[in-house]
Amino acid sequence: MTVKEPLTIAMPKGRIFEEAAELLRKAGYQLPPEFDDSRKLIIDVPEENFRFILSKPMDVATYVEHGVADLGIAGKDVLLEEERDVYELLDLKISACYLAVAGLPGTKMNDVAPKIATKYPNVAAAFFREQGEQVEIIKLNGSIELAPLIGLSDRIVDIVSTGQTLKENGLVEYETITTITSRLIVNPVSYRMKDERITGIVASLSEVI
Amino acid sequence: MFEKPLGMRDTLPNLYETKQHVRSALETEMKRWGYQFIATPALEYYETVGTASAILDQQLFKLLDQEGHTLVLRPDMTAPIARVAASKLLNENLPIRLAYSANLFRAQQREGGRPAEFEQVGVECIGDGTVSADGEMIALAVSVLKESGLKNFQLSIGHSGFVKELFVQILGNEERAQELTKFLYEKNYVGYREHVKSLPLSSIDSQRLLAFLNLRGGMEVIGKSLDLIENEKGKEAILELQELWNIINDYEVANYVKFDLTLVSHMSYYTGILFEVYADNVGFPIGNGGRYDGLLEKFGRSTGATGFAIRLDRLIEALGEIDETAPVECILFSSERRKEACGLAKERRIAGNQVVLQDISGVKDLDACTKKYSDVTFLVGKAGKEPVK
Repeated sequence: MTVKEPLTIAMPKGRIFEEAAELLRKAGYQLPPEFDDSRKLIIDVPEENFRFILSKPMDVATYVEHGVADLGIAGKDVLLEEERDVYELLDLKISACYLAVAGLPGTKMNDVAPKIATKYPNVAAAFFREQGEQVEIIKLNGSIELAPLIGLSDRIVDIVSTGQTLKENGLVEYETITTITSRLIVNPVSYRMKDERITGIVASLSEVI
Repeated sequence: MFEKPLGMRDTLPNLYETKQHVRSALETEMKRWGYQFIATPALEYYETVGTASAILDQQLFKLLDQEGHTLVLRPDMTAPIARVAASKLLNENLPIRLAYSANLFRAQQREGGRPAEFEQVGVECIGDGTVSADGEMIALAVSVLKESGLKNFQLSIGHSGFVKELFVQILGNEERAQELTKFLYEKNYVGYREHVKSLPLSSIDSQRLLAFLNLRGGMEVIGKSLDLIENEKGKEAILELQELWNIINDYEVANYVKFDLTLVSHMSYYTGILFEVYADNVGFPIGNGGRYDGLLEKFGRSTGATGFAIRLDRLIEALGEIDETAPVECILFSSERRKEACGLAKERRIAGNQVVLQDISGVKDLDACTKKYSDVTFLVGKAGKEPVK
């Protein structure tokens, strides 16, 4: 087995990235100082024999499932939505937020088939199915808060961290679906072929969570 | 362009040759171990093979025959072979060793480009309940992969009997055991730990269930798992693994093998030792196998069986090389020298060359045509002339 080959880690750009990098540093991994504000999509860290791949949060699990990344850090929201065939090894307890149903205050949902706008069509559909409600899901890729304001939907399903965005747009929460934190995920083949390195990372991360 | 149904692929000459080459390496080795190849129909009854196959219902391609029976395109080969073994081959002495290479059909749930039809090459050893038979599966799997030219690969071995016994021992009944096993299927270890912590268990039992997730590695796993299990059936499972380890060493394949007792399979018919095969450069397992002692009973015959299958498309991906097709030469002739051309072609074909015989009047672009072949001979014009190269 080649020991020289770097371990590939897919990381989401943005907020989770910074918290994850900090966690890795706390766990004793030497990441270069300019690491956080690099605009590169692939960052090699030869000191630790790591290669980081920076991607859209929603795509992290996809890279890991296909094995182009051995490890990944992904929000539970992504794992719930994408249902990728990957190991979810650790709750990193970072980037805490929750998935919620929101809408304009004091409004009732349409009786026949209320419309739900969301970035998470699978999660939203499953949630309302469990509630026994018949809804129409409208998939959007961003600015979900717009949907009720312009009459596209009765409710939205989105992640909420501070609630500030909802407030600024005059929306209120109706229900919490589930709480979300970031998870360490692993490709099933890497989990076996590179088990010693991965077990080491899991152990040192476990100590600082 | 005419479209193909979702997930269906054409195989063009280069890949066809590669497949043939790899398939033949696997088949040759399986035959050397005394396995006999059989074929079964692509269509089976949904009621029997379809429901026995352990592939998710929504992944089955279903259709109706003229009488209104639901048919399925076979989603795996183990169930059809179990059907055959329980019926036609009933009179044969057990154990029997059978092999197959067959195309399987599984509708894909996402990303339509993934193959919905793919080829598996595999073996089934029916009517042998010994651990030796399980060991033979692992040794043969290693052997066929080496024959195919694969370098970096690993087999992880688990035991579905052990997992079941451990969970039942601690949780009290099968229903609760299944609830916990679901987290293993989903590969959700975070959820597994949270679930264990939420259960009203003694701290020892809770620790045992958490320690279970670390039962991965070499020989030392055997000792660690004996510390966790108390009931007899569970201990038997570990003794089986212990014996398997000795067998694997006798076959001298231990350096390709690791234990991973957290391994569970979506193939729910596995009852004992089971394994998956992994290779560098492929993100998905390239093969899997295991013991399925209950499956033949569904077809009215109670006997043990074990087997494994390699996914040809993933193995080829792991090998990473597509064969160049063998050189093809061309004889271009005009009608007055056809007889001579036929003779020459016959001669060269007997010599083992691949020869295209092409009437020059059927060629529109001569340059493009000659470029396609490794060698071109012109037998054109008046008879009696020497062939021009």
